[in-house]
Amino acid sequence: MEKNHRTEPAESARTEPRVLNECRLTFPSLSANEGYARACAAAFCAQLDPTATEISDIKCAVSEAVTNAIVHGYRDTAGEIIMTLRQLPDRVVKIEIRDKGCGIANVEEARTPLYTTDPAGERSGMGFTVMESFMDTLRVVSAPGRGTKVTMTKKFTCLPRVRR
Amino acid sequence: MQTNERGLRWLETEGSLTVYLEGDIDHHTAQTIRSRIDTRLFLVRPRELVLDLARVNFMDSAGLGLILGRFTKASELGVSFRLNNPNRHIQKILDLAGMERLVPITVGKTG
Ligand SMILES: Nc1ncnc2c1ncn2[C@@H]1O[C@H](COP(=O)(O)OP(=O)(O)O)[C@@H](O)[C@H]1O
Ligand SMILES: [Mg+2]
Repeated sequence: MEKNHRTEPAESARTEPRVLNECRLTFPSLSANEGYARACAAAFCAQLDPTATEISDIKCAVSEAVTNAIVHGYRDTAGEIIMTLRQLPDRVVKIEIRDKGCGIANVEEARTPLYTTDPAGERSGMGFTVMESFMDTLRVVSAPGRGTKVTMTKKFTCLPRVRR
Repeated sequence: MQTNERGLRWLETEGSLTVYLEGDIDHHTAQTIRSRIDTRLFLVRPRELVLDLARVNFMDSAGLGLILGRFTKASELGVSFRLNNPNRHIQKILDLAGMERLVPITVGKTG
């Protein structure tokens, strides 16, 4: 089991919560993998017995981040996408989606609702807004020519089992 | 009700063209759905285009792009446009985009 992707062990020991479960997926930037990635995320989260709405939110957010990596990051060329799913304490799931594509020059601008660099492609410019609204936190780290890393977390509600 | 060769179903009644969308609408599927709807739209030239979302089980912002694109195309042709029967998950993403301000969203009756 590879563990070396956790950055700076000394620092992460202080700031990062304990990881209870972790799964990492690497796949090529094919649009057919958009459905695959969100199905995997949903299956991973199913361990936490989420509500239908929570699963739907997770699937949507993952779909947005993976689609962005494919259409913007790699601009429909072949590249590698890495999705890491982590279960943290207190029913929190942390999802990281990474590409090594073109990167984003101005992340703040990119996150603005309706902002898109590809209006001809019938994009809505609502991808980051969806991720932000459907998840609890969204962090975007990007550099031109280096790629983009999107990290999202969501805490699942704790409902009695009988409700589902 | 008619079905085209690739499974997109539609209904034509009294100047109205209803397209019944199904399954997942994402960037991967949107391109094909878009060209099928547009082909029907140009062939039929209805007074109204209705996208029925009752059987859609997943939609992300690519669906918003698809809907807004069809709305624009219909408007250019003088065809009125509405959405019918979004489920609550889809309503949530429609709300996020403020879709109701642009496009009527109805529940129940089709065609
Ligand atoms: N992974 C990525 N790599 C490069 N650029 C990106 C990436 N993700 C998003 N962007 C940029 O941010 C913009 C906004 O993204 P988003 O909110 O998903 O809207 P849309 O995908 O509809 O354009 C995109 O148009 C693109 O310029
Ligand atoms: Mg997007």
